[in-house]
Amino acid sequence: MSHAATTPRPKSLKTARLPRGSAWGIALLSVLLGSGIGLLAGLGNKVQWGLLAALLFVVITYTAAAAVEGRRQARDRVATSVIWVTFVLAVIPLASLLYETVKRGAKVFDGYFLGHSMGVVADTEPGGGIYHAIIGTLEQVGLATVMSVPLGLLTAIYLVEYGRGRLAKAVTFFVDVMTGVPSIVAGLFVLSFWILILGFDFSGFAGSLALSILMIPVIVRSTEEMLKLVPNELREASLALGVPKWRTILKVVVPTSIGGITTGVMLAVARITGETAPVLLLVWGNSFINTNPFEGEQASLPLYIYQQYANSSGEGAAYDRAWAASLALIAFVMILNLVARGIARWKAPQSGR
Amino acid sequence: MDISTKSDTAPPPPPTVVPLEPGSRRPSVRLGDRIFLGLSRGSGILLLLIMAAIACFLAYRAALVLAKNDGNFLTTFEWEANGDPPVFGIAVLAFGTVVSSVIAMVIAVPVAVGIALFLTHYAPRKLSGPIGYAIDLLAAVPSIVYGLWGVLVLVPHLNGLYGWLDTYFGWTGILDWQGGAPRSLFTVGILLAIMILPIVTNVSREVFRQVPLAHQEAALALGATRWEVIRMSVLPFGRSGIISASMLGLGRALGETMAVATVLSPEFVIRTSLLDPGGGTFAQNIASKFSEATVQGQDALIASGLVLFVITLLVNGAARAIIARRKEYSGANA
Amino acid sequence: MKLQRKNRLRALCIGAVAVSGALALTACGSDDTGGTGGGDSSAAADSGNIKCEDAKGQLRASGSSAQKNAIDAWRKNFAAACQVQINYNPKGSGAGVTDFLQGSTAFAGSDSALKDDEIKESSKVCKGSQAIDLPMVGGPIAVGYNVPGVDDLVLDAQTLADIFNDKIKTWDDEAIKKLNPKADLPGTKIQAFHRSDESGTTDNFTKYLKAAAPGNWPYEPAKAWAAKGGQAASGSSGLAQNVKETEGAISYFELSYAGESVDTVDLKTEAAEPVEATVDNATKAIAEAKRVGTGKDYSLELNYKPAAEGAYPITLVTYEIACEKGNKAETLPATKAFLGYIAGDEGQGVLKEKGYAPIPAEINTKVREVINGLS
Repeated sequence: MSHAATTPRPKSLKTARLPRGSAWGIALLSVLLGSGIGLLAGLGNKVQWGLLAALLFVVITYTAAAAVEGRRQARDRVATSVIWVTFVLAVIPLASLLYETVKRGAKVFDGYFLGHSMGVVADTEPGGGIYHAIIGTLEQVGLATVMSVPLGLLTAIYLVEYGRGRLAKAVTFFVDVMTGVPSIVAGLFVLSFWILILGFDFSGFAGSLALSILMIPVIVRSTEEMLKLVPNELREASLALGVPKWRTILKVVVPTSIGGITTGVMLAVARITGETAPVLLLVWGNSFINTNPFEGEQASLPLYIYQQYANSSGEGAAYDRAWAASLALIAFVMILNLVARGIARWKAPQSGR
Repeated sequence: MDISTKSDTAPPPPPTVVPLEPGSRRPSVRLGDRIFLGLSRGSGILLLLIMAAIACFLAYRAALVLAKNDGNFLTTFEWEANGDPPVFGIAVLAFGTVVSSVIAMVIAVPVAVGIALFLTHYAPRKLSGPIGYAIDLLAAVPSIVYGLWGVLVLVPHLNGLYGWLDTYFGWTGILDWQGGAPRSLFTVGILLAIMILPIVTNVSREVFRQVPLAHQEAALALGATRWEVIRMSVLPFGRSGIISASMLGLGRALGETMAVATVLSPEFVIRTSLLDPGGGTFAQNIASKFSEATVQGQDALIASGLVLFVITLLVNGAARAIIARRKEYSGANA
Repeated sequence: MKLQRKNRLRALCIGAVAVSGALALTACGSDDTGGTGGGDSSAAADSGNIKCEDAKGQLRASGSSAQKNAIDAWRKNFAAACQVQINYNPKGSGAGVTDFLQGSTAFAGSDSALKDDEIKESSKVCKGSQAIDLPMVGGPIAVGYNVPGVDDLVLDAQTLADIFNDKIKTWDDEAIKKLNPKADLPGTKIQAFHRSDESGTTDNFTKYLKAAAPGNWPYEPAKAWAAKGGQAASGSSGLAQNVKETEGAISYFELSYAGESVDTVDLKTEAAEPVEATVDNATKAIAEAKRVGTGKDYSLELNYKPAAEGAYPITLVTYEIACEKGNKAETLPATKAFLGYIAGDEGQGVLKEKGYAPIPAEINTKVREVINGLS
C-alpha cells in the first residue's frame, strides 16, 4: 500500500460507496439481461442463461464499483461475488447428494428395517433390514479403531517428540507409502496372509485387520500435524517445572491438541466405515445376524449397499434398500462425528480463540 | 481462561509420580521416560515392520508375475493378465488415474479454498457455523454412496455440460464429444472433485482460522479492503496448509475405487478427448478385474497397485518438499 | 465458563443418546423376516417334501451372480424346512471357483463349467477325488435396447455381432431396416454397452455370437469383453440402468434385470418366426443342450443355432460345483440336502416364476442320482 501516499487525498474521509441495495439491483438487472440475450440468441439451455447472467453480474458490479468507489474496492466486490458463487456452486451437488439419499432412503427406512436382518428375504422382494449389517460394521470398525488408535497415536508421538535419525525417517517413509494403499490391496494382503497362509477363517476380525492397515497411516499423519501445532513454549514451560518428558507429553502436549487429534481419528473412522472392498474379501457378507466378530462371516453396511445395488438394476426393492442403508450409514457416521466433536470440545483446554 | 485450565492440569503430577517410585526421585523420572519412550518407539517399530512386511509381500507377488509378463509393463495397452503368458501394461491406468485426479484437483482446490474463505471471512456468523458443520459431515459420506449418487444424478445432468463444451471447445480436440453417455474420465474427475471438496475445505478452513488476528487487523488498519487482507495475510499464511489439504484430497482421489467403478465406462485405450468414454484408473481396474482373476491375474493387479504406491509417494514427497520450503509461514512453532 | 458448561452438557446429551441408541439396537435385532411375507404358507407347504436328513448349521457358498435370485428363492423355502442358513455370496463365478478350490466354501455357483486345470487343482480340496459340475439353473440373456418409438425390434446373430463390434453405428442401418421393415427407426447413434468387469454373462453372450455368427465376431469367447469400441458399465445392474437412461443404447443382461421398463430384442433364428426372450423360450433352447462332461460331471454344451420354433438361443446354464467325494464332513449333510432339494421337483418348480429356466428332465434325473451319491 505504499502507493497510497501518491494517490490524491480524498475530499472527505468517507469515500463514495454504492448504495446499499445495489447488489440486488445489479443481480436483477443481470438476470433480466441474461435471459433477454439468451432468448434473442436462441440458446436452448437454461443453464447457459444462468451462466450469462452470472458473468454479467460480475462485469456490471466491477464497472459500477470501479466508477463509483475506485478499482481496489471494485476488485474487492468481485472477489466477494466470486467467493459467494463458488460457495453456491459447491453446495448444489452436496445438497443434492443429501437430498437424494434422504428422499430415496426414507422409503423403507423404519424401525423394522433397523431391527431386522435380511434373513431369507430375497433381493427381489421387499422386506428385510440392516440390523446384521449395523452390528457387523459397529464391531469391525470398533475393533479396527481399538487396534489402530493406540498404535497410531504412540507412533505419531514418537515421530514428533522423540523421532530423530534413521528409524524415524523410515517410519515416516512407510507411513507415506501406506497412505497410498488401495483398499482392495490391503484386503488382498490380509486375505493371503491371515486366511490363506495362517489358515484362519473369514471373520469380522479379519476385516478389521485390513481396516486397521488403512486407518493407521491416516491417524499417524493427522496426529503428527496436530502435535506439531502445539507451541514449544508449552513443552518448555512444563519441562522447566521439572515435569518428566513423558508426563509433559501426556498431560500438556496431547491434551492441548486433543481436539485436532479426535477430528483426525474421526476422519479415519469415517473413511474406513465406508470401505467396501476389503470387507467383501475378508468378512464375506452374511444375511443373518452374527454378533461374534471373531468367528464366522459377518455383514457390513457398505458391503450391504454394494450388494443390494448390484442386484437391483436401478429400481425395485433392493435399490430402495441400498439407499435406505446409505442413509443409515451416513447417519451412523454423523452421530459418531457429533460424539467425537462433543468429546473434543469438552476435553480440550480453552485456547482463547 | 488459559490460567484456570493450566492450574487444573499442572498440580496433579507430583503426587502421582511419588507412588511410582518410593525411593529417590531422579531415577523414577528416568524410568517413566524410558518406559514411555520404549512404548512409543516400539509402536513405531511395530508399524514399520507391518508396513515393510506388506510392501515386501506385495513386491514379491508383483515380481512373480512381472517376470512372466509378455507385454511391456509400462507401455502395453492391454490387460490380459489371466492368459498364458500374461500380457498387461499400466499405461492406460496411469494416464487415467493422473488425468482424473488432476481434473478433480483443478476443480476442487480453488472451490474449496473459496468455501473456506467464505466460511471464515465472508459468511454471516449464523450461517457459517451450520454450513461448516454440514461440510464436516459430508467429508464422512462413504464413497459407495457417492457412486450411487453419481450414476443416478450426476451422469444424466452432465449431458448438457458436455454438449456445451463440445459446441464451444470441441475444436481443441481435448473436449470433443462423440455423443456417448457422459461417463468419461472428465465425469470421474468431477465426481472426485465433489468427493474431495469437503476434506480440502475442512482442512483449509482450520488453517485459515489459525491466521493470527493481528496480521489481519494490521492490514485492515492500513486501509486494505477485505480481499487485500485475504491476499496479503491469509493466503500466504495458509499456503502450506492448503497444500497439505490438497494432498489429503489428492490421496483420496488417486485411490478411489467404488465410486469410479460405478461411474466410469472403462476401456483399455487412451483417448485424446476427455469427454469420450474409455481409460481407467488403478483402483477401478483392480475392483473390476479382481473377482474373475486367477492367482496370476491377482498378482498382476497387485503389481499395478504398487505403481499407485509409487505415484502416491512421489506426490507426498513433493508436498513435503514444498511445505518444508515454506516453513517460515507456519507460525505454530516459531 | 457458562458457555463451556453448556457445551459439556450438550456433548454428554449426545453421547447418552448415541449410547442408548446402540444399546436399544443390540437388544431388538431379529433374523425372523419370514413371518411378514404373504408367501409364507406356500413355503411351508413346499417344505413338506424337503428332506433335511440331519442337516443343520450354516452353509457357506459363493459364485455366480446370475443365479443369485434362484438361490434366494431356494434358501427361503429350504430354511423354512430345515435348520440350515444358506449364505450365498454373489461375488462372481471366478471368485466362487477360487473360494471353493481354496476350501473356503461348501459349494460354488458358476456360469461356466470347470476348466481342466481347475479340475486337476480340485483334488487338493476334494481329498484325492475331483470337483464336478452339476447344472441347476438355466436362464435367458436378454438383449435390452432403448430406442424411443420402437417397441418391437428383431435382430439376428450377424447384426448383433456387428452392432457390438462397432460395425453398425446407427439405428437406421440397412441391416437393421431389413429385419424390421415396419419399424420407424431413427438415425440415432447406437450406444452398445458391455460389462466392464469380467463375467460369466459376457462369456455366454460372446459364446453365442461366436457360434452363431463366426464371420462377424472374430474374437474368442471370454469372460472379459474382447471387442474394441462401445461403452462399459459394471455389473448387470449397471448395464440395465444405462440402457434405461441412454437413448440409443443396447446391451445384454439376464432377463430378470430387464424388469418392466426395458424393451428386449426378438431374435431371428433358424426358425420361421423371431423368438422373444422369455423363460419358456429359453427352456426350449436348453432342452437341446448336449452333455459334454464325463463320469459324474454333467457340464453341458448349448446349441446356439436351434432350429426349433420358439427356442431362444442366448441362454446360460449355471452350475453348482461340489466334490464328488471328499466333501468336508461337517457341511456334507447340509450340502447334500440343499442340492438334493434344488435339483428336485420342488426346487426346479420355483424357477420359472423367478425368471429362470429349469434343467431338462433327463439330465436333471441323472444329476439327482449324482447328488445322492455325494460323499
